[in-house]
Amino acid sequence: MTQLALVIDLNVCVGCHACVTSCKEWNTSGSAGPMGDQNPYGADPTGTFFNRVQTFEVGEFPNTETVHFPKSCLHCEDPPCVPVCPTGASYKRKEDGIVLVNYDKCIGCKYCSWACPYGAREFDEQQRVMKKCTLCVDRIYDTSMNEGDRKPSCVKACPTSARLFGDIHDPDSAVSIAIRESGGYPLMPEWGTHPANHYLPRRKTRIRIHLDELERADNPLKVDRQLPRPAMNEPTLDDVTTW
Amino acid sequence: MPAANDPIPSVQEVKNTTCYMCACRCGIRVHLRDGVVRYIDGNPDHPLNKGVICAKGSSGIMKQYSPARLLKPLKRKAGAERGAGEFEEITWDEAFATLAERLGKIRATDPKKFALFTGRDQMQALTGMFARQFGTPNYAAHGGFCSVNMAAGMIYTIGGSFWEFGGPDLERAKLFVMIGTAEDHHSNPLKIALSKFKRDGGRFISINPVRTGYSAIADEWVPIRPATDGALLLAIIHEIIATGLYDRDFLVQYSNAGQLINVSDTSDESGFFVRTEVPTEEACYEPQDKLWWDRNSDRAVVTHTPGADPYLLGEFKLADGTPVKPAFQLLQERVRDYTPEWAAQITGIPADIIRRLAHEMGVTARDQKIELPIAWTDSWGNEHDTVTGNPVAFHAMRGLAAHSNGFQTIRALAILMSLLGTIDRPGGFRHKAPFPRPIPPCARTPNDSRAVQPNHPLDGMVLGWPSDPDDLFVNDDGSPVRLDKAFSWEYPLSVHGLMHNAITNAWRGDPYRIDTLLIFMANMSWNSTMNTAEVRQMLNDKDESGGFKIPFLVVCDAFQSEMTAFADLILPDTTYLERHDVMSMLDRPISEFDGPVDSVRIPVVPVSGDCKPFQEVLIELGTRLKLPAFVTPAGERKFRDYPDFIVNWETEPGSGIGFLSGWRGKGGEKFLRGEPNPNQWEMYARNNCVFHYELPKSYQYMRNWNKGYLEWSQRNRITRYAEPILIHLYSEVLQRFRSAAQGKGLTRKPPQHLRKRIDTYFDPLPFYYDSLEAQVTDKHKYPLAAVTQRPMAMYHSWDSQNAWLRQIHTHNYLYVNTRTALQQGIADGDWIWVESQWGKVRCMARHSEAVEPGTVWTWNAIGKAAGAWNLTPDANESQKGFLLNHLISEELPGAGASGRVSNSDPITGQAAWYDVRVRIYKAEAGEAEQTSPQFEALKPYPGMKTRGSVLAYVGKLFK
Repeated sequence: MTQLALVIDLNVCVGCHACVTSCKEWNTSGSAGPMGDQNPYGADPTGTFFNRVQTFEVGEFPNTETVHFPKSCLHCEDPPCVPVCPTGASYKRKEDGIVLVNYDKCIGCKYCSWACPYGAREFDEQQRVMKKCTLCVDRIYDTSMNEGDRKPSCVKACPTSARLFGDIHDPDSAVSIAIRESGGYPLMPEWGTHPANHYLPRRKTRIRIHLDELERADNPLKVDRQLPRPAMNEPTLDDVTTW
Repeated sequence: MPAANDPIPSVQEVKNTTCYMCACRCGIRVHLRDGVVRYIDGNPDHPLNKGVICAKGSSGIMKQYSPARLLKPLKRKAGAERGAGEFEEITWDEAFATLAERLGKIRATDPKKFALFTGRDQMQALTGMFARQFGTPNYAAHGGFCSVNMAAGMIYTIGGSFWEFGGPDLERAKLFVMIGTAEDHHSNPLKIALSKFKRDGGRFISINPVRTGYSAIADEWVPIRPATDGALLLAIIHEIIATGLYDRDFLVQYSNAGQLINVSDTSDESGFFVRTEVPTEEACYEPQDKLWWDRNSDRAVVTHTPGADPYLLGEFKLADGTPVKPAFQLLQERVRDYTPEWAAQITGIPADIIRRLAHEMGVTARDQKIELPIAWTDSWGNEHDTVTGNPVAFHAMRGLAAHSNGFQTIRALAILMSLLGTIDRPGGFRHKAPFPRPIPPCARTPNDSRAVQPNHPLDGMVLGWPSDPDDLFVNDDGSPVRLDKAFSWEYPLSVHGLMHNAITNAWRGDPYRIDTLLIFMANMSWNSTMNTAEVRQMLNDKDESGGFKIPFLVVCDAFQSEMTAFADLILPDTTYLERHDVMSMLDRPISEFDGPVDSVRIPVVPVSGDCKPFQEVLIELGTRLKLPAFVTPAGERKFRDYPDFIVNWETEPGSGIGFLSGWRGKGGEKFLRGEPNPNQWEMYARNNCVFHYELPKSYQYMRNWNKGYLEWSQRNRITRYAEPILIHLYSEVLQRFRSAAQGKGLTRKPPQHLRKRIDTYFDPLPFYYDSLEAQVTDKHKYPLAAVTQRPMAMYHSWDSQNAWLRQIHTHNYLYVNTRTALQQGIADGDWIWVESQWGKVRCMARHSEAVEPGTVWTWNAIGKAAGAWNLTPDANESQKGFLLNHLISEELPGAGASGRVSNSDPITGQAAWYDVRVRIYKAEAGEAEQTSPQFEALKPYPGMKTRGSVLAYVGKLFK
């Protein structure tokens, strides 16, 4: 059984927000749209975004990490938003594991957003329905597009290719390999939601300098007489004692 | 939503063009539905961005349809104050007639009374050409307040620079060191490369007062105090030399390290290289007439004599008794006292970390060498079987540049990169065409005020690269010819001009008053000016006769910015989706390491309202004014419009060199040079709007000294000379100025009041000094450095009118190290005052552990004036957002004729944005919870669209 998901590599995410707005521009005019904005040119503008980047600091100066953390619907394998929906508008597709909302059935009661431990749902104030990431379901199967374009808009946009997309149930997929080999982890596993989306942690590369690497025989200072042998006429023990 | 397998057949048309949401110039595909933009994504076939796109590029729709768009030509209402934003609509006919009449009179009398300054202009070759044709010396683009120190510091050292003209080769590097804020140059290409680099196991070190942006993913963050990078780099150079971790062979062959310098105390030639003979030809390349002291024969020989190997260290005496030292010896002496312990006190970086940084760089460069199986021939005819790389790469931009000690700091960086043997080599720094160029490049401004004559083009380039005092553009008495005082003794190497002083100088009439100031795309009454509040008053200030001190102010922009409010005449520009454009080899193209690349924009949607591309405005004006480039000898119109101009204009008739280098020749069969091709635009359109010439592998490296490349470059008229371009560890260009200041030699001498300044700062070897601002600041009273960084989702002031992007950065905070804030009793989110000796601003504080304790910082250009950019007057940008510029002065007390100098680097005139010193304190209880200062709210202008209170963009389908 297929479970489509995003794997987000925090090791290379620079927090540029490309995923945020490329998602919005695709989806607002797509089958999940529109994605409304209130006060778009006024005080406290607020709009619908299926994907947001949160930035936070970890640790104390100078041992500080600045973490950029993109977050969207995690397409849980056991999504708590689905059973709480009184109308069946919120559902998980059997064929690919994508969690979707049928806007025609949604009554805007927000039970699903209360049930979601990740805060991933976005209520559309204008249409009064709940919206969320669809993994660009209107792109990924669209055979009128080039194959390279049949990906979620955020994945295609990401300049650092921090967003991988694929089937986490296929052990040979790029996402499964990344999770397995690069320490991929789900968010808040204690909730038992089994999020399909995973994150890859920061990894550090260090260089170890051995002391002898600084004392090499081919030191160019020797060529210029800067690591000199003492001059022949400088004093030595030979000058002062006979043993 | 509908069933997933039944997607809406949405996209009807896809057109390629080039993005302009920032300076990157990525290839984009614009997807249109019924002619309206539905989606913009990256073009996967474009060499620059390879299909990716950023937050700004993805939000182009909201720029295209923004209610801040200016849609009509406007003139200030009679009697209205400048800045009040009271305008009435006029026709283009009236606008052109007004301009042509006024500018015609100026040109016929005193052309320098017309000044043209442009902002984030991607057509400087055209705007500069217009100014030159007009005959005014008063032209510059925004480089002077952006990053000219980076361009000048590196080009005067290695013949190339970061960003458009070169960059870090992360494909092959093992160690990458990024110093200071550099997120915006490049943006997407650097992100692509950085991610690959990290995944390939490279080590990334970020040296920055702040950990944001790319620094977030660095393997190591090294916090540093602002403006002290020079001290760090000099200490690293000290350690690299002391431990012998420099690439001696590289320095010997490819730099002036071994060249002998006259060190006599008494000679007028002191400080200059000794030469074998006087060159017969006056040309802008360096003749190979210098000397080495050969180790084998123990005597002076001409450099690169076969079989010779020079001493890099030591002191020698020529046959005539002249004492000489190799340049490298002088460098070693220079850095002797710049120990890591010394630098630790200045930078705040512990000495053992400085030492380790030097060791990591030196050992990686030496021990992880790359050998590429690429044969090439050097300028001296030696054949090499391989290209060697020392895989340590650096990148830096404004973080190093925007300080008054930035030029010498960047010289130190370029020298460090050279010591490590990384110039135009795999894994190090690599050039991009049309660089490398001679040091300095050949273009010169006139050096005489008589180059400015009524009804004549300027006799020389409007901007250039001085190589000695006789190249300065000064009057007979040594005073500046230019309004901004560029190329004068105050800022001799101001190769990008000093736009940041143009308004103040014009207002004061120092050096003189002007008549008309035309500003294109620069927000000079807000985020692009220092001393913002006073500059706004200057723009509206009147003289005794009641006339404006700057009599006529024309602004061309696509949006209702703070600056447009001060205009007498507003020319509404198009957006990037509505226009033709060229990213030309004559300007700043988008070349790759492997060869020249230029590109175009092609309109994908119709022009909105009565907008007109600025290029068309210039061509129309040039034609009406009968500027020689735009009319036939009989005075008839030569070019129908901008696309026609681009196809048919040549540097001179029959030269075959024009703005675009692709698909030249009658049938598009030639490149770089060839006769005009009437179908050139169509050919670009069919080829992703980009022309990419990939050089043979043997021409892709070592280009300063690569015979094949230099001759190819000469054949294709990219350069005039194919002489090798040796790295200037020791800068004789700087020495020429210093020597003049010491009263030596035959060149012009600086006026008395500037001699000490020139003598101090024009040091031929890099040195560290406190920023000019710090020199005149009580650092106990103002203990903190204040800097800005640019968020990746915004391009300067441009994007607050963008409904999507402004939700990412709606207002800015002052980020303060938590302990620094708590010492002042400032809690997270408190309203505070931040105060410099020049002014104060009220804003909100945010605690941060990602900033070093002596620095406060904020995002650049998020704060706006109320009502500007057609935001509501109560929008967060103006009520909570703030502008640090109010705290920064455009001038400092100093050695200038009037007792003032620009707050800029004394060598290049680079605006010293990041030098300001501040103190912070809590706002009083009961003070307004609102940013201060405030300005009267702007109203929308006639012809602009109204802004809605809700937005639900669906790209036409339901409209």
